[in-house]
Amino acid sequence: MATPAAAASNGAIGIAPGVHWIGALDPDLRNFDIILRTANGTTYNAYVVRGSAGVAVIDTVKEEFTDDFLRRLESVARYDEIRAIVLNHLEPDHTGALPELLRRAPHAQLYISTRAQPMLKGLLKEDTLYYQAVTTGDSISLGDRTLSFLHTPYLHWPDTQCTYLVEEKILFSGDVFGCHFCDPRLFNDAVGDFRFSFEYYYAHIMRPFRTWVREALDLIEPLELAILAPAHGPILRDAPSRYVNRYRALAESSLKNEAGEERTLLVFYLSAYGNTRLMAEAIASGADGVDGVRVSLYDLQGGEVQPFVDLIEEADGLVFGSPTINGDAVKPVWDLLSSLTAVSVRGKLGAAFGSYGWSGEAVAMIEDRLRGLKLRVPLPGVKAKLIPNADELSHCTDLGRELALHLTGRFEHKVIDMAALR
Amino acid sequence: MPKAKVTFEDVGVTVTVPAGTRLIEVSEKVGAGITYGCREGECATCITKVVSGHEFLAAPSVLEHQVLKDNMAPRHHRLACQAQVLGGEIVVRPG
Ligand SMILES: Cc1cc2nc3c(=O)[nH]c(=O)nc-3n(C[C@H](O)[C@H](O)[C@H](O)COP(=O)(O)O)c2cc1C
Ligand code: FES
Ligand SMILES: [Fe+2]
Ligand SMILES: [Fe+2]
Repeated sequence: MATPAAAASNGAIGIAPGVHWIGALDPDLRNFDIILRTANGTTYNAYVVRGSAGVAVIDTVKEEFTDDFLRRLESVARYDEIRAIVLNHLEPDHTGALPELLRRAPHAQLYISTRAQPMLKGLLKEDTLYYQAVTTGDSISLGDRTLSFLHTPYLHWPDTQCTYLVEEKILFSGDVFGCHFCDPRLFNDAVGDFRFSFEYYYAHIMRPFRTWVREALDLIEPLELAILAPAHGPILRDAPSRYVNRYRALAESSLKNEAGEERTLLVFYLSAYGNTRLMAEAIASGADGVDGVRVSLYDLQGGEVQPFVDLIEEADGLVFGSPTINGDAVKPVWDLLSSLTAVSVRGKLGAAFGSYGWSGEAVAMIEDRLRGLKLRVPLPGVKAKLIPNADELSHCTDLGRELALHLTGRFEHKVIDMAALR
Repeated sequence: MPKAKVTFEDVGVTVTVPAGTRLIEVSEKVGAGITYGCREGECATCITKVVSGHEFLAAPSVLEHQVLKDNMAPRHHRLACQAQVLGGEIVVRPG
């Protein structure tokens, strides 16, 4: 092996003059936060920055690795030198060693994002907490070194922020630009091939917050970057801007949509005997009659979940049709709806429909789920008993047209009394 | 009972409601785009822009005020799970 394993020792690893990695390796982890698989384990990256007027610690590690972290820290700084502890993210994988660090460096000032404030109490369970809340534009001085803060919420929790070491052009980014890939060689030009881990991490952690990623990139892209130092996985010192550009590409639309300025409405359905399908076709034709809306119709039985999730991420309106079977909507609908946590659907327009035999629970259940996913559901769904008759089909056409009018902002203003709302 | 009129601009619906109603009680039923997380005034998911008639909402509690501030909510924004309608005409949209 050409590169010595930087982090195989117990000490801190220099990444720039006066800047060290003091994190922990967790090579045996195979599952993270329940939702991620981690074939290569992970690292919890923490850093220490020395300035002429004191030392700052940026992030800590998961609790069980507290000893590793403190040992590495002690190899480059004394506790009484620590002036600042910056937390880019309060999740326990980065704050597990914080209580012990605070015990040893009680005079250190804690810096967290404004949005971390309500969460800190839930984490530390202390009555009196001393901290300073910071946001974009704030900075702290360590004498000849300056740490400036970027407010970048939802990368991965509401509290997340990035910290920029101005003089060295290092961005301590927290979870963003990270990945679960444990390799003691530590630097992106020395470790094994971690591309898949980088993409996988984005897809599962960052993708649901795509619009927040874009806002964060607006703050990050203007920075000069020598090193991108995330909280997990390799330190990106070779061509760091490549990773920023990759995030920009990932956060833009995955598919080019020829609909252009048109609004898009997707109609998904399942149908055993063709009844719900007839309804789906009527909804699509109703919507199709409205200018400025592009309608697409999909039979869920003929597709797999993932491509549908990709389509949904880009769409403006979603309609789901299911027959009622054993008092429920059918499984492919739930499979799709339970996969939407990977993308943002908040505020999209939603509706439901379906044929039924005697009880017809599916439509209301889908509507509830759509509301739970934070879609707008302003129009009541349509149910048809067994084979939809002309009247029921015209309700479907109307629903399609009204959805399309909503999407294009041409809906009729309604005035109602609260008592009339169900 | 005193009544108020609340308009949810994003879905074009005006609802006549009794005084004392919280926005959350109406917005979901009309399918407005205001969304909820905790429903208890903590998470700020439900931040709502009060386009007009903010004076017809009960003043925010100390806690609501703090949560709005922590989340850097602009002026005339409220938490829809907390804001209570007093009367008059109010127009809101997702914040
Ligand atoms: C990937 C991930 C996403 C989360 N999303 C939310 C969320 O949307 N809302 C929330 O209230 N908490 C969220 N949390 C916080 C967890 O609910 C919280 O950490 C909880 O204490 C974990 O409980 P456990 O120890 O039983 O796993 C999230 C946590 C993780 C790891
Ligand atoms: S829903 Fe959480 S603050 Fe209103
Ligand atoms: Fe995280
Ligand atoms: Fe993390």
